[in-house]
Amino acid sequence: MRTVDLLIIGGGSAGMAAAIQAKKEGIDDILIVERDEHLGGILNQCIHNGFGLTEFKEELTGPEYLSRFVKQVEELKIPYMLNSMVISLTKDKIVTISNKEEGVLEYKARAIIMATGCYERSAGAIQIPGDRCSGIITAGTAQKYLNIHGYLCGKRIVILGSGDIGLIMARRLTLEGAKVICVSELMPYSNGLNRNIAQCLNDYNIPLYLSRSVSKVIGKNRLEKVILTAVDDKMQFIPGTDMEIECDTLILSVGLIPYISLLDYIDCPTSSTKGAKVNEHMETMIDGIFSCGNCLHVHDVVDFVTDEGRLAGHGAAMYLKDQLQKGDAINVLPKDGIGYVVPQQIDRNNQEDVTFKFRVRRPVKDMNLIIESNGQLIAKIFKPVLIPSEMVMVKLSKDKLPLLGEEVSLRLEER
Amino acid sequence: MERFDVLIIGAGVTGAMIARNLAKYDIKVALLDKENDVGNLTSNANSAIVHSGYDPVPGTNKAKFNVLGNAMFDQICDELDVSFSRVGSLTVALYDEQLKILEDLAKRSKENGVKVELLNAEQVKKMEPNINPCVKGALFAPTAGIVDVFNFVVHAVENAVDNGVKLFLNQKVTSINKEKDYYVVKTDKETFESKMVINAAGCFADKIAEMVEPIDWKITPRKGEYFVLDHYKAGLVNHVIFPLPSEKGKGILVTMTTSGNYLVGPSSELDEDPSDYTTDPMTLRNVRAQASEMVPSIPFNQVIRVFAGSRPTCTRHDFVIEYSKKDKYFINVGGIESPGFVSSPAIGEYVVEQLVKPVLSLKEKKDFNPRVRRYHRLYSAMNDGDYKFVNEHENYSEIICNCEKVTLGEILDALDRSVPPQSVKALKRRTRAGYGRCQGGFCQPRVVLILAKHYGVSPLEINYDGEFSPILLKKIKEGK
Repeated sequence: MRTVDLLIIGGGSAGMAAAIQAKKEGIDDILIVERDEHLGGILNQCIHNGFGLTEFKEELTGPEYLSRFVKQVEELKIPYMLNSMVISLTKDKIVTISNKEEGVLEYKARAIIMATGCYERSAGAIQIPGDRCSGIITAGTAQKYLNIHGYLCGKRIVILGSGDIGLIMARRLTLEGAKVICVSELMPYSNGLNRNIAQCLNDYNIPLYLSRSVSKVIGKNRLEKVILTAVDDKMQFIPGTDMEIECDTLILSVGLIPYISLLDYIDCPTSSTKGAKVNEHMETMIDGIFSCGNCLHVHDVVDFVTDEGRLAGHGAAMYLKDQLQKGDAINVLPKDGIGYVVPQQIDRNNQEDVTFKFRVRRPVKDMNLIIESNGQLIAKIFKPVLIPSEMVMVKLSKDKLPLLGEEVSLRLEER
Repeated sequence: MERFDVLIIGAGVTGAMIARNLAKYDIKVALLDKENDVGNLTSNANSAIVHSGYDPVPGTNKAKFNVLGNAMFDQICDELDVSFSRVGSLTVALYDEQLKILEDLAKRSKENGVKVELLNAEQVKKMEPNINPCVKGALFAPTAGIVDVFNFVVHAVENAVDNGVKLFLNQKVTSINKEKDYYVVKTDKETFESKMVINAAGCFADKIAEMVEPIDWKITPRKGEYFVLDHYKAGLVNHVIFPLPSEKGKGILVTMTTSGNYLVGPSSELDEDPSDYTTDPMTLRNVRAQASEMVPSIPFNQVIRVFAGSRPTCTRHDFVIEYSKKDKYFINVGGIESPGFVSSPAIGEYVVEQLVKPVLSLKEKKDFNPRVRRYHRLYSAMNDGDYKFVNEHENYSEIICNCEKVTLGEILDALDRSVPPQSVKALKRRTRAGYGRCQGGFCQPRVVLILAKHYGVSPLEINYDGEFSPILLKKIKEGK
């Protein structure tokens, strides 16, 4: 069995950032394991721009953004293994890898960073009503067909869900000559970034229907039409509001889910993000196994993924250098109006500032974010606008940490 | 024109088993199906259960063939390299008044020759920790099992074809006429001649039978809708869990599958259209409620797919396995609804030995090989902890489907066999590529390219399922 100090599962934005950070902090024996034939993960197919505004203060395409990190990985001579899939994992950090050329290999790692990204919620998962015809496809898969392989999945298209990939694909498909008839969103608000609604829908006169979803897909072989029906505030279809739309394709942009099937092998506790439960160093509840990026919680922009990768890389480096002195855990709890908070725990012995990343449950205005512990106010921050599609980051300075009791909670309160 | 000795209409599990039994003899056999894959309809959309036989009315064909068929599964699944496991079934009583019905079922089981055991509440809870704590007792049938229904049919036909049977897909029979001493079977594409015809057309068996003569039975299809859960964790249930049977069938069950997923269903709705595979939220809500009564903690957030299947329910309420009235050269095998899958090996044997043999002279082949070439899978290698084959063979460590860990080697092997998959769905059934939690989100583009390359066609011509179900509609530029 081969050994390695730090094994990073996934060579996308999170994995590369983690590797670079750990290397910079003195960890030399690193291996990035990437299933694809290139580093970069999903960014390889994201040929639109808008990446890097925070990280580089410029607008880059996905491939441009990732290539800057690939360059650093190369310059720092960080080893990586392509066409390699981690197929199993133990709590003792024995990793089994299936590699295209070398077959099945085993590594014993001292620390592991999970950076496996996310996957798209499928037609099956949302139990789409009606026929089982072709022509129903998730937005990311349609993007891969188009941007990597050069094939259009449809000509007359309805998009269900206003997630960012769906919006990006509405524009992309229109530019390639397809007719995007409309975008339909179950919720009364969009789940995409405002800039994407403006630039991908409004600029192309593509209507966005809110509180409306697919009540039936119809097609013997290939999709022939969809029925879009309005929903009430309990998400139930309202009779008599059907819109029948002839189309050959239904693109789904109905959510991303952390891809964490490997965690099943190690009984790793998860949180409401559907990713692993972690502390402020992005360490999961399994000793020496860290998690970051979209496999931890789904991010809106890649810059934040990169940042979180660095945090995990830093955590793993400290772990490997025996600098993580673990004490009691302070539980972080999302309360009124808050959907989730990462991290879910803070270590009592922590010596650094902690950033809380959270999402609100529904769009709200003029709110105070209240951070409190044991009934004591730790921080109160005014937030004029909060929407579920935009992750919020709030820093808690390290000198506030001694004020915390066994748990700390985040909630919203009307101003 | 080549004249066949026996022509079978329908390559579902019944037709497949008849074909495989006929393949043991030195005769010319044709197997026709209107779909572009074998086992494409009823045989691939069911509960995937090898029933024990506690439920059919004693003395019926269903009771007889169920019990005979069940006993044949170990050997046949070994020969065909198909996953099968005798996990046993529990038919549970949730109310005191149901205990009497369990006792009646136990008596019926005894009459049918099925080994069962009545369990008290404590015994059931021990065997199934997630069962409704109100459970009053259960009927345990240890011989019940779960089987990979997709590959059972595919491998059976593969084995039949390897032994000389000719398979014709995409052939929808339009007329059947008797000429002197043979039948002329016309399809939408070709004309076939055969001395004997066996109708195993599933939900369409009555339509086929009526092409020959008026019949006194009819297929009244019943649709069943299911949930498929991810294989997220072992132990939600450890046996096939049935409610008490009713007139509509064995009821909504909860079971694990041979791939470690869980299956919840089916509903039972009369549906005139046997090709209706739509799913409907109201029906599924009802399935969910009924299943949750038995196993309250079913995690429906782990659902990765819903589907519907069609049962070829017959007005006779039993299997129709008989010569046509006017001619022993035409055999009807209809109404093969549950417990049809488990019965199929026994039906296949019966049809050949008891109905074909008296009519045609059958001479055994010396070189009949009951086995398919062994299937190798990375997933099985992982379970066995033995990577020798994987490491020694090219492509078996190149993963195409991440969720189900399906390798290129497995896909190319499926394409290299005698019943190769022609669609994405056909390949998925054989290899499980696309069956996992992402439902092909990651692997489908790779699968489409592999199929296109193998068949030497453009990816635009690759179908998702049946004919005319392309995935891609237009090429925009040179991609890789």
